[in-house]
Amino acid sequence: MNAILEMRNITKTFPGVKALSDVNLSVKKGEIHALVGENGAGKSTLMKVLSGVYPHHQFEGDIYYKGEPQKFAKISDSEEKGIIIIHQELALVPMLSIAENIFLGNETAKKGVIDWHEAHQRAKEVTAKVGLREPTTTKITNLGTGKQQLVEIAKALSKRVELLILDEPTSSLNETDSEALLDLLREFRAQGITSIIISHKLNEVAEVADTITVLRDGLTVSSFPCDKSVEIENRIIKEMVGRELTNRYPPRDVAIGDMMLEVRNWNVYHHLHSDRHLIRNVNFNVRAGEIVGIAGLMGAGRTELAMSIFGRSYGQKISGEVLLKGQPVDVSDIKKAVALGIAYVTEDRKELGLVLDNSIKHNLTLANLDGVAKGLVLDDIEERNVGREYIEKLNIRCSSMLQEVVNLSGGNQQKVVLGKWLYSHPEVLILDEPTRGIDVNAKFEIYSIINDLAAEGKAIVFISSEMPELLGMCDRIYVMSEGRMAGELPVAEASQEKIMRMIVKNDG
Amino acid sequence: MGEEMQQVASGPAATMEPENKNTIASYLKSNLREYGLLLALIVVMVSFQIMTDGILMKPLNITNLVLQNSYIVIMAVGMLLVIVSGNIDLSVGSVVGFIGALAAVLMVNYGMNFILASAICLVTGAAIGAAQGYWIAYHKIPSFIVTLAGMLVFRGLTLALLAGQSIGPFPVSFQRLSSGFIPDLLGSGKPHMLTLVLGAAISLYLVYANVRQRMAEQKIARPEEPFAIFVGKNALILIAINYLAFLMAGYRGLPNVLIVMALLISIYSFLTSRTTLGRRIYALGGNEKAAKLSGVNTEKLTFLTFANMGMLAALAGLVFAARLNSASPKAGVAFELDVIAAVFIGGASMSGGVGTVVGAVIGAFLMGVMNNGMSIMSVGIDYQQVIKGLVLLAAVIFDVYNKKKAG
Repeated sequence: MNAILEMRNITKTFPGVKALSDVNLSVKKGEIHALVGENGAGKSTLMKVLSGVYPHHQFEGDIYYKGEPQKFAKISDSEEKGIIIIHQELALVPMLSIAENIFLGNETAKKGVIDWHEAHQRAKEVTAKVGLREPTTTKITNLGTGKQQLVEIAKALSKRVELLILDEPTSSLNETDSEALLDLLREFRAQGITSIIISHKLNEVAEVADTITVLRDGLTVSSFPCDKSVEIENRIIKEMVGRELTNRYPPRDVAIGDMMLEVRNWNVYHHLHSDRHLIRNVNFNVRAGEIVGIAGLMGAGRTELAMSIFGRSYGQKISGEVLLKGQPVDVSDIKKAVALGIAYVTEDRKELGLVLDNSIKHNLTLANLDGVAKGLVLDDIEERNVGREYIEKLNIRCSSMLQEVVNLSGGNQQKVVLGKWLYSHPEVLILDEPTRGIDVNAKFEIYSIINDLAAEGKAIVFISSEMPELLGMCDRIYVMSEGRMAGELPVAEASQEKIMRMIVKNDG
Repeated sequence: MGEEMQQVASGPAATMEPENKNTIASYLKSNLREYGLLLALIVVMVSFQIMTDGILMKPLNITNLVLQNSYIVIMAVGMLLVIVSGNIDLSVGSVVGFIGALAAVLMVNYGMNFILASAICLVTGAAIGAAQGYWIAYHKIPSFIVTLAGMLVFRGLTLALLAGQSIGPFPVSFQRLSSGFIPDLLGSGKPHMLTLVLGAAISLYLVYANVRQRMAEQKIARPEEPFAIFVGKNALILIAINYLAFLMAGYRGLPNVLIVMALLISIYSFLTSRTTLGRRIYALGGNEKAAKLSGVNTEKLTFLTFANMGMLAALAGLVFAARLNSASPKAGVAFELDVIAAVFIGGASMSGGVGTVVGAVIGAFLMGVMNNGMSIMSVGIDYQQVIKGLVLLAAVIFDVYNKKKAG
């Protein structure tokens, strides 16, 4: 097989930063090529160079596609050649239908008048190809993330795709949907469509890819065939971080104390549809110094559970009991929950965790402004001290505490959110997907922080969709499924298979 | 910008010594917006001073300039809070008219004491703001819609209250709110000694406060602001305030309304920059959900910004009525647009979370000086509007472009 795509000596500079430096990428026709690397390694930039988001004159180097040199000036140039990119953030219009989205900008129209019959006919064909069985008149907003992803791919198929680029396609999908997507990629391979997939989920990469290219700090580190061996994941990690990660999870001396938080008979209904019973009679507890995991698929109700406990920030018709150190407590609004020493670190740091345009300092003190104020008046010097303390403690990499958090990397943003809650001096920390979308090194740092917190005697509830992470970090794991607690396992007895079995058993 | 990004890349070592590379140029560059605005005001004033052959800075004209723009400045302060919190208030022009009408009915028709009547008007204004804020904050009705409705309702009520007629004149004691000057307790009034002394005292206090703030900062780290700029800024404060005081002392001294404005500006500047309340409003405008999840009572804050806006619009209504010495059905028409324009020229962001009180005030005066200068040069009202519109557009384009470059 010969190469369908050759990118040679690509160099792309942003003001002050070399994002890519002499990067080479060679993709064979009909293969699934995985592009991996830490956040900021240059993967997305490389794909933007390829697809014409950065026009030809804005970078150095050559692109050969099907043996011919290409000079894309805009996205439509690359699309014309059959190169389609699907970005991490889906580009769908929520209030339009599946068919309307698929043909957006490419309508089945004669002289500007849309032929709706043909549009729906063709939409039906392409959605069938990706295994999406929904009426093509369904609005995007009524679809789950997994199905939205399929609509994006169907949209690509409607444009005669030869090289499909997927940027983190499974980052917001649950395991079933992820598996379906990977199967789809295999099917495309059988049909001769080439795919490039960018992913942080190394187990998926190892499972599906034919060739792997690793980028680090804007350089091509290596490119090698994926032999599906057990060792391949470790090899990828080694190449990504530039050193051997002997242990992905830092060690911890476990010292579990008294009962801290107990939740009894917790029930929550959907925040809009009061008849949808989301959380059903959930019981769980966590002790001082203990890290308790909550496993489950996306949509199992873990975030809803956590947020409804945290000052009823989610849901309605909430019932049940919350006990702190054995005493029933009132957590009916966020202020009360915070005052009781409960903190919730959100899974969605950009939307729910940070004020992106504000400085690191301002974000760090937001949940405990009274701590840096005398009465109503802010004490700037005290606030700077707090800023400096937490930047140091959490090793937040920044130019100064006045830097806007929008300019930080994902890992450092996550540390700011964590720092904000640490400064509220909580006794119970509920961490919702604390390592989502951050790179291997930053993950290790976050794990270490969590371990330190447990060592200080904080009670920690750790919600995660990555089972290895839960197995590596927790003392006890609850398994949630369909809004219920499907089971509870001490970590010594837990395994990925057991957890999956609990989830599935509850479903059936 | 480039330097900053490299420091980010170079990791933790850079964390501790961020201020090393501070040069005057890079500081100015990263604070282009604030200094640019001030510079624009100075440039506009100097050019009009030249183009109007020195009329602009005549004591009488400077005093007039302050009086003419007082109600816009008063409302800009409140609008800044509303816009920073991520909302808008279109009803303020109608509230100005309505409160003026109410004041006229109470004082002229019923002969009510002016202090009591003013108090009733301020409370009514706050109640109007609160009523609108209630729907916006607690029922999530878009502020654009609620206050658009308010704009129609209160314009209509103004007409109803006045029965289509103008009512006046006001009692002399009430007129002093707008047309009065502080008495010269220290001299004969020629020149106005108290004005000179107040100017000197206020400017010295501001410089003293700045120096103290800088010393406190210096204790913990090297201040961000280069020393030369710090000195220049304070020299400018000293010169500008004393020069203005000198000019006004040559006429009749400080107008009462200027004292009111100065108080409002200092109170609200302090509130926005130094209090937990202010910080929470910025957080609310920057990311409402994140603020809420951090324990900020976002509904209450939104409600308060509107109640406050209503009260300040009422104050502006009183000032305006006192200045015209009558309440007319047309009073306050399109004021909301001037106020909103001032806030945006002053650097506030349409999406909330960004903006300063001082910026909004400078924005208001920038528009005011242009109005005034162009009137002196007898530019027609037609082209005045065109030029004002273009200035607003240019200011916001500058903001967006500046932000893009920084990002």
